[in-house]
Amino acid sequence: MIESPSGFWGPVVWIIAAIVALLIAYFIQRRGEKAYKKGVQSETFLMGNPKLSEGETHIRAHNIYWGFFEGLKKYYVPTITAHTGIINDHLIWLIAGIAIVMIILFVAGGI
Amino acid sequence: MAALITHSPILIIAIPLLAAFLTLPIGRAGGKARNVLVIASLAFVEFLVIILARDIYLNGIHIYTLGATSPELTLPGGAMVPIRIILEVDAMSIFMGIIWATVSLAAAIYSLSHMARETGQNRFYTLLLLMVAGCFGMIFTGDLFNLFVFLEIASISGAALIAFRTRFADAVEGGFKYIVISAVAGLIFLFGVGLLYAQYNSLNIGFLANAMQYSTLDIIALTLFLMSLTIKTGMVPLHMWYPDSYTVAPANITAMLVITSHACMYAVFRICFSLYGITLDATTVGWIIVIIGLLTMFVGVTMAVFQTDVMRFMSYHAISQMGYMWMGVGVGLAVLGNPEALATYGRDAISGGIFHILNHAMYKPLLFMTAGALFHRTGTRDLNKMGGLGHNMKFTLILYIIGTLSIAGIPPLNGFASKFLIYESVYQFNPVLAVVAMLVSIITLASFTKAFQSAFTGPQLPEYKDVKEVPKPMLIGMGILAAGIIFTSIFPGLIVERIVNPATDALINQAAYVNGIMGGGMP
Amino acid sequence: MEHIPLNFPFLAAALLVGISLYILIFKKNLIKLIMGIAMLAAGVNLFLVSLGFRAGGAAPIYTNVTEGPMVMPVPQALTLTSIVINVAVLALMLTMAIHIYRHTGSLDSEKSRKMKG
Repeated sequence: MIESPSGFWGPVVWIIAAIVALLIAYFIQRRGEKAYKKGVQSETFLMGNPKLSEGETHIRAHNIYWGFFEGLKKYYVPTITAHTGIINDHLIWLIAGIAIVMIILFVAGGI
Repeated sequence: MAALITHSPILIIAIPLLAAFLTLPIGRAGGKARNVLVIASLAFVEFLVIILARDIYLNGIHIYTLGATSPELTLPGGAMVPIRIILEVDAMSIFMGIIWATVSLAAAIYSLSHMARETGQNRFYTLLLLMVAGCFGMIFTGDLFNLFVFLEIASISGAALIAFRTRFADAVEGGFKYIVISAVAGLIFLFGVGLLYAQYNSLNIGFLANAMQYSTLDIIALTLFLMSLTIKTGMVPLHMWYPDSYTVAPANITAMLVITSHACMYAVFRICFSLYGITLDATTVGWIIVIIGLLTMFVGVTMAVFQTDVMRFMSYHAISQMGYMWMGVGVGLAVLGNPEALATYGRDAISGGIFHILNHAMYKPLLFMTAGALFHRTGTRDLNKMGGLGHNMKFTLILYIIGTLSIAGIPPLNGFASKFLIYESVYQFNPVLAVVAMLVSIITLASFTKAFQSAFTGPQLPEYKDVKEVPKPMLIGMGILAAGIIFTSIFPGLIVERIVNPATDALINQAAYVNGIMGGGMP
Repeated sequence: MEHIPLNFPFLAAALLVGISLYILIFKKNLIKLIMGIAMLAAGVNLFLVSLGFRAGGAAPIYTNVTEGPMVMPVPQALTLTSIVINVAVLALMLTMAIHIYRHTGSLDSEKSRKMKG
């Protein structure tokens, strides 16, 4: 049990609560439809379209979250071009970082 | 047994070093003898770390002076300045030591089958043991120049391990970037050490903490230390070399390299809390660390959602999770001069950050090893080509799910416990930080779901029809880390009270660190 | 020796470090980058050695000790350690540059990179 400034976190309590919730869900499911044929009613309904091979129906990684990237294009395009991969750029960032932090520490110390 | 405990700091560094040099001749006697030597030495080091940890939690800071007549003799003959290299192990050091011993043991067991088809395995295990020794030295030392030497040892062996599979062009490029960045960062660190030596004529952290006045040269030295260790840890905006290097290494080496960058982060905390302590401008330095942590979290996770190479994806997440630790400890540093705020939320913020180090060190190597398992069986790292592997690799699937739920901070796993502490205490410092942290957590879950869907779920593809489960040593290596995750999830209060809170108190309490060195007097 | 100002070695070290930072930022050839790192190492080593100098001091050797002050021996030990570490690092970097040339046929830091983003 972890105590924090405004609450506590006890995983054993959470696990017991989760088991109770799952038991309730299981009992609700048992009262459901008894005439269910496995396999027949869970096939994809294609409505006359051709059945594609498995490689074509699987959504590939670069297509997922397409809308997220399109919406945040203003942030993504400069960030991705900034990650050039050239080692000179990495060292420019290091030296710029040293200069900026030194200026901040001197200015804040002087004030 | 008491003699073993007294000499354990130097034995923990010396045994992997000796085993590294013995690996080459013993390896000529066959692969099995060398494997036994490697696993036995790492298991013995783990045993030594555990008994040293018990001793430190009972008796306080443990000092070891190299070359003196008795190990606690830091000021021989009534001298005013500590002489000789001194290893000072307090609760924060042994915390990092426990993590490093466990992860390197798991990674070595994993590499027994992952690297089984490579040539030159003797040299691989030599480099691995050298990296273990180097990182232990970095964690246990109480001396600034010693920190530099062990940092370079760990960097050189790490770079050679990244570029180990020289038949891949991008592996050599990743290793080259790692060694250039490490060399430049190490030299800048050495320049800072020289600046401090010029003023106080000593290299010992405890003595410097006593004698520190925050003059102009000290400010320059602080920024040089901070920036050189920041780029080695991989914080934004200095992080751009990090994914390039950590993507192309063998998967278990990446797991160990993540802990090496944790050790560089430990060095930052040691310098800010124990070396400078309250003499530094706590608010400014604390805010700089908090802003770096905030940027790191956000940029790390948004770049991670975009990736299609599974190891590069995990590397960006490693960057993003380090932002949590920096933010937590930075909040604690920012309120270091304010005792009432420190007691209310500062100490909990540092505890949350340090607990997150422990959790990250368990789930991140596990996730890297599952990515390595995917590479081992399919021969590709590209998520665009994978699909439906969950049908065949069931154990990897379960371990990946445990790792995902942990990194995203879903209850009841341990990621939630440490993030809970960080959210609650950082909110009282500035609410914006907690909001950004929660947003980053949500995007983390989203990106891991994307990788899960691409690699594991979906119909079984025809080209992966006879992919089997990974061999047993890899499963055992991953299983050690998963067992640690489940143990920490069920008993977080025990871990926080016994392991994390002593580490927090050791960091905040600079006086105890100094007394360990300057109090060890006449024989 | 008296008419060289006492902080002349520090100015030389700063000049070396400055030139090496210029090389690291602006030169694209990998071998020139490695030479820049060697120059940075030389600058930092010169800085470390010249920290120990005490005016009028003798070499810090304990047999047949002469009268008067000695220079500090600790920075000399630090510099030797640092030189050895930098030798190992430079050897490793040159080996990797050879491998990069064999794989990609170019030593330019922009044309020989395969990873970005």
